[in-house]
Amino acid sequence: MHPLRLTVNGKPHDLEIDPRVSLLDLLRENLSMTGSKKGCDHGQCGACTVIVNGRRINSCLSLAVTHEGDDVTTIEGTADGEALSPLQAAFVKHDAFQCGYCTPGQICSATALLDELKRGEPSVVTKEKVELVDEEIRERMSGNLCRCGAYNNIVDAILEVAEART
Amino acid sequence: MSEHEFKGIIGQPLDRVDGPLKVSGQATYAADWRGTTPHLIGYIVESPVAKGRITSIDTKAAESCEGVRAVVTHENAPSQIPFGERDKGGRFAQSHAVMRSNEVRHLGYPVALVVADTLEQARHAALLVKVEIDAQDGIFNPETHEDQAKAPDGLDGSDEVDTEDGDFEAEYASAGHRVEGEFHTPSQHAAAMEPHATVAEWDGDKLTVHMSIQILSDGRKAFANTFDIKPEDVHIVAPFIGGGFGSKLGVHNEAILAAHGAKLTGQPVRIAQHRRNVFSNGPHRPRHRQRLKLGADENGKILAIHHDALSIMARDYPFAEAAASPTRASYATKAMRTQHRVVEGDIPKADSMRAPGEAVGTLTFESMIDELAHSCGVDPVEFRVRNEPEMDPHSGKPFSTRKMRRCLQEGAEKFGWQGPVSRREGNWLIGHGMAAAIRPNLMQPAEAEIELSTDGHLTVRLDMTDIGTGTYTILTQIAAETMGVAPEHVTVKLGDTDFPETCGSGGSFGAGSTGTAVADAAKSLKDDLLQRAAKADGEWKGANSKDLRIEGANIVLGSRSLPISELGERSGGLSAKGAAKPGKEHDTMAQYSYGAQFAEVAVDAVTGEIRLRRLTGVFDAGRILNEKTARSQLMGGMIFGIGAALMEESLMDERYGAFMNRDLAEYHIAVNRDVPQLDIHMVEGFDENSNPLGSKGIGELGICGAGPAIANAVFAATGHRVRKFPIHMEHLLESLPPLDG
Repeated sequence: MHPLRLTVNGKPHDLEIDPRVSLLDLLRENLSMTGSKKGCDHGQCGACTVIVNGRRINSCLSLAVTHEGDDVTTIEGTADGEALSPLQAAFVKHDAFQCGYCTPGQICSATALLDELKRGEPSVVTKEKVELVDEEIRERMSGNLCRCGAYNNIVDAILEVAEART
Repeated sequence: MSEHEFKGIIGQPLDRVDGPLKVSGQATYAADWRGTTPHLIGYIVESPVAKGRITSIDTKAAESCEGVRAVVTHENAPSQIPFGERDKGGRFAQSHAVMRSNEVRHLGYPVALVVADTLEQARHAALLVKVEIDAQDGIFNPETHEDQAKAPDGLDGSDEVDTEDGDFEAEYASAGHRVEGEFHTPSQHAAAMEPHATVAEWDGDKLTVHMSIQILSDGRKAFANTFDIKPEDVHIVAPFIGGGFGSKLGVHNEAILAAHGAKLTGQPVRIAQHRRNVFSNGPHRPRHRQRLKLGADENGKILAIHHDALSIMARDYPFAEAAASPTRASYATKAMRTQHRVVEGDIPKADSMRAPGEAVGTLTFESMIDELAHSCGVDPVEFRVRNEPEMDPHSGKPFSTRKMRRCLQEGAEKFGWQGPVSRREGNWLIGHGMAAAIRPNLMQPAEAEIELSTDGHLTVRLDMTDIGTGTYTILTQIAAETMGVAPEHVTVKLGDTDFPETCGSGGSFGAGSTGTAVADAAKSLKDDLLQRAAKADGEWKGANSKDLRIEGANIVLGSRSLPISELGERSGGLSAKGAAKPGKEHDTMAQYSYGAQFAEVAVDAVTGEIRLRRLTGVFDAGRILNEKTARSQLMGGMIFGIGAALMEESLMDERYGAFMNRDLAEYHIAVNRDVPQLDIHMVEGFDENSNPLGSKGIGELGICGAGPAIANAVFAATGHRVRKFPIHMEHLLESLPPLDG
């Protein structure tokens, strides 16, 4: 067993863990926070996306012991207290999900994406500078699979929030 | 009913009532459920061969690992009824025994289950299980074993395996325009984002399972038939399901194995299939070879249609996909022949995947129709309009409603159809294509109950599921409108076998069937309330229960009002039951949902890369129950169609019967950037022959027609006719123009 100290959604944890545990399984099993989902356990679907120190990562691909001292935000920590965050509310309004299984990952991914846009970080489709257009969002959200096919609505939800921020 | 009033709550684009739970991570899917007793974790050890008998299995090393509580094999598995027996209730209800004997049924079949305190412990110990198998040759490809092909006992969704109308040979011979082709469609996996998962717990002979399943009532029978216990001793809980698309209609191996593990350890056991497990321990759409021959006269009128399909069926698991079935209801013709053959193989379960039959059948048939239209020199839209049937071409039954013409014409208008356009934009070859969509409209028996509490809140209960379809929301709308209350005063509870039995989610029959049961329950409750009110106060006598409403803690009718608390002697509130069953119109009429889809593709003139630029769909699914969730259903279906045309195939190594691309990096589904803004339109209508709500099935309609519209657009762009799906860039290389210089 290995010691691990990290912060999840603002709450510090002091743990003793099996070094084989992924960050995703740490959240789901050790901390009973089942909002983050396991869709593939191979970093291929994005359902497990969480935000670590401000960056989105696939938590299934990351061993928990490598996160000593890190600050982790999960879907359970994205709401504004009791109220839904603007992104969460936009997802509901635009029907940006159906079964909802990929949704925690989509929203964590989108939350970090908004900060990437703010920082002006380019993607493969960026021309001169980052612009708020469908293609830019589609490209940046292509690591989060949605088998129900809510992609158009996911783009609409994210664009609405991104535009409100500028 | 022609003057039906569409206003009200039903049909409104209400946000999903379960939306806030889903966006905040609070919706509990099967593997999210945590009870009071800690769960043990099960990990499946898969067979490396497809067919054979286990000669020895050594579990000692695994058992001695830290945290391991049990290793289940065929030697110590609980007693089970043989797989496939007790099949009177159909394949979902039959025994789904796993590891009952030393027989290996397919590659990836479970040979052991390791149960440990944690996933890490179970996964490690699973590596130490040593199994020896006396391997035998298996059958994996129906075409190489066509000599063993037979007519299946029945088809999925159709009684008639083969049909023969008119004299095909004579009509085909006389046809001025003839086209023919042999098509191949691959095995596919539904790849729902949530892998199959189950938590099982025994209390004596009573079994409780939290699992991911579409049809609870059949699942309950499956456990009963597998373990030889009473169905009422099986309790299934499934409030949220992370996508189904047919892959969770029934129980799969992890469900039975979790029950095994729980039996042996006396503790709850949770198994979440790993994504790689899903490709062998979940079901798949089987591969097909289809042959088509079509003939038309000089005026572009169809004379002769031949469509035959050869597929594969998993041994002892009776699912034969009705690939040529949609052809039977598509176009007027003088002669038509359809045929289905299957070869039994040593493969994982072949089963329904979204729009079984149509998804593969219209993909090929609508491609061939396009070819025939070209041969006749008739615009593909006009060709379809010209061959619209007045009655069902095979059965002769009248159609309940058929708005295909309108879908075709509106689709052409919305898309800006000017024929199968072909032009070049720099390095991109642009093509336009279209196809028609058709999908049977079904209705199944369902029951529901509704309860009114004294504060005026309504609770609806039924064992229906919401697999992302929006069931929670539409049933809320139906109950609210029927009862005359705002949706926020209704709570719908689903996914529990303690609730009234329904048909569950499948075959696009869920909304109409269970919605009708809920409406019936609500109407009964209103009748009951009025009777009680009349008993309490004579002034209420003779009123119509339709006019009754609930306002706060009172029932209200015109100027009269009565507290709900004064109506019943029962302290828990007032309740009523309702039921739905298919009307005779489902026998006497041909019932389908319809659509037309139009695609614009761009093909890179150098590499053959195919990009979908536009996809327009116009659909007739009767009355729309929720404009927002209905649109999402169609959208999701259309994206499955994009996958079928361009991406999805489960590739099998036919030496071993092994699916090779067993994960989401190698099994390609459309990602966000593959999908342009989809243009979706619904032709509003009311099909009174379908159900009292007037709705028709919508969940599978979107996939129909999308794939062939794309394939036909690829033809327009490149001149290449696709015979093998999905279409890959390398298939197009020889059809591309010569490079400059």
